[in-house]
Amino acid sequence: MARAVSTRRTAAFTIAAWIVALIIFFPILYTIITSFKSETEAIQGFSLIPSGTVESYVEVQTQKDYFKPFMNSVMLSIGSTLIALLISVPAAWSMAFSPTKKTKDVLMWMLSTKMMPAVAVLVPIYLIFRDFGLLDSRLGLTFMLTMINLPIVIWMLYTYFREIPGEILEAARMDGASLWGEIIYVLTPMAVPGIASTMLLNIILAWNEAFWTIRLTTTNAAPLTAFIASFSSPQGLFWAKLSAASTLAIAPILIMGWFSQKQLVRGLTFGAVK
Amino acid sequence: MNLKTFLLGTCSAVVIAGFAQAETLTIATVNNGDMVRMQGLTDDFTKTNPDIQLEWVTLEENVLRERVTTDIATKGGQYDVLTIGTYEVPIWAKQGWLLPLDNLGADYDVDDLLPAIRAGLTLDGKLYAAPFYGESSFIMYRKDLMEKAGLTMPDAPTWEFVGEAARKMTDRAAGISGICLRGKAGWGENMAFLTATANAFGARWFDENWKPQFDQPEWKNTLDMYVKLMNDAGPQGASSNGFNENLALFQQGKCGMWIDATVAASFVTNPKDSTVADKVGFALAPDTGLGKRGNWLWAWSLGIPAGTQKADAAQKFVSWATSKHYLNLVAEKEGWANVPPGTRTSLYANPGYQKAAPFAKMTLDSINAADPTKPTVKPVPYVGVQFVAIPEFQGIGTTVGQLFSAALAGQMSVDDALAQAQQVTTREMTRGGYIK
Repeated sequence: MARAVSTRRTAAFTIAAWIVALIIFFPILYTIITSFKSETEAIQGFSLIPSGTVESYVEVQTQKDYFKPFMNSVMLSIGSTLIALLISVPAAWSMAFSPTKKTKDVLMWMLSTKMMPAVAVLVPIYLIFRDFGLLDSRLGLTFMLTMINLPIVIWMLYTYFREIPGEILEAARMDGASLWGEIIYVLTPMAVPGIASTMLLNIILAWNEAFWTIRLTTTNAAPLTAFIASFSSPQGLFWAKLSAASTLAIAPILIMGWFSQKQLVRGLTFGAVK
Repeated sequence: MNLKTFLLGTCSAVVIAGFAQAETLTIATVNNGDMVRMQGLTDDFTKTNPDIQLEWVTLEENVLRERVTTDIATKGGQYDVLTIGTYEVPIWAKQGWLLPLDNLGADYDVDDLLPAIRAGLTLDGKLYAAPFYGESSFIMYRKDLMEKAGLTMPDAPTWEFVGEAARKMTDRAAGISGICLRGKAGWGENMAFLTATANAFGARWFDENWKPQFDQPEWKNTLDMYVKLMNDAGPQGASSNGFNENLALFQQGKCGMWIDATVAASFVTNPKDSTVADKVGFALAPDTGLGKRGNWLWAWSLGIPAGTQKADAAQKFVSWATSKHYLNLVAEKEGWANVPPGTRTSLYANPGYQKAAPFAKMTLDSINAADPTKPTVKPVPYVGVQFVAIPEFQGIGTTVGQLFSAALAGQMSVDDALAQAQQVTTREMTRGGYIK
């Protein structure tokens, strides 16, 4: 009897999990479905069965070069993630293992920068970029994406590092490890799942960032977000083309997420159960 | 040859190559069919101007507007040519943000530009943007449904006739709405249509002293007529329909009439996309006998920002893209039906174009009937038919558009929408220093 109840509960949870997952994934699924419709079909109303035409993909490829914005997205997301990790690993180490009275305040202050709407600093940032010659440059945008995601990266790494027993680091110190030796040879290998998931999440966030990547670029540094934005038309049907462009833009990151889901889940739940 | 000579020669070659390097123009544009077509035909320009390369930045209309405004206001210098509308040109020209187009070439024939369109892009006698394609608005209607209703559409109908025809053409069982009109909120969406319609009813946004006029009977008559007509003969969910949604409805045969941009005529008569391509007739936008019709005037135009370092090359490009030569090029490569309309008088005298575009005469008549400098029955202090060419209008127009869209959706009464529109507009105009 007890087993029957337990099986039923498991089944109910599984179904509920699938429903929630489907609700979360549905906008992406519907974008992919719409990309295989004609423009008239796309605007006709809700339908899960497309005619299967690939005319929108052909049109998108004819109108715009995909490769250049794709390469920009790859360079910007990986570049900004690596720089963010270089800065945040020592920062998180310091806050996790040598906290001071102000550590919590510093952490909160860093997080508070994420609370301000981006548009509020658009003009000052634009002027700084203009004066330093960084407008429409990959260097400028890499710097921008690093700065945007740095608070999240530091917070995530701080949380992971806090789960590592300080005694292990003390033991390393007793064995004569230097500060950097401690961080590189002891802490980092232990925190690899956490660092890996932080890195993956940061790549996804940088890949999807649309406000600054559209506003600080024109042609040279424009990534896939600008590629998608170019298919919206004020006069003329464009839903199918926009969906095809979106599908092409999210495909690489979806595939990456799919292959690295094990690491992502492991990292995100790292230290959750002790 | 010794090392010194070799190095000198190499350095000279590098310097010469640097000077000979092509100048690159960055052009900001929207993703409209005509603009996309132009991008495919630029070989013709670069062939005759090998020292100029073109780079395109295509963005959604509102993002483009915001992006370009930021760049111009901060003198970012990211763009050399801008695609802008009739609304921006007088405001930006007044601010000194645009360069006057005074070097378009000897064979440009500026006098061939349609007078109404040219007037909308001119400030103090100087042209600040060249029209790439222009449009007014008119009625597109189903000839078969009109005949079935036992009516004949006059070339210049009144709102009374349009209302009666719409109600007779409506067949809810067959999914046909007598009339499809914009309802989606936005200064360039429902407010473009409603402002132009209000002109025909004798209404105006402001009196000569910039006092808002939503408390006057003319606006009440306009909004009452619109909401009642759409409730009786409009499609379901009309408050979320803009140009693209109504285009799809009309192409699928679900609208008896559609009053919108003249540029839509080529879409609804194209058998590839439209199921009613051979059944469409055209008429001027309706009036109420007061001397003004509800037709607007708009032109997507090419302007040159004052911050560009490549003004000469930019003028060359603008001249090419808006020239008679370009119209002939499109006709030769893609047929007369695909030529960007509404900019040049000579196009409408062309037999090839008249044959390919059955809506040509009505488009020309509609454009000529709109006067952006005298848009209303009563005098006004502003320029613009379906907008008011002041910087504050984008914000005010969208807020008022939301109120009118809510009235259409039945979320508030017409009287409440007008009262709130009056209140919001008065507040913003006072804040802007127009009202003391």
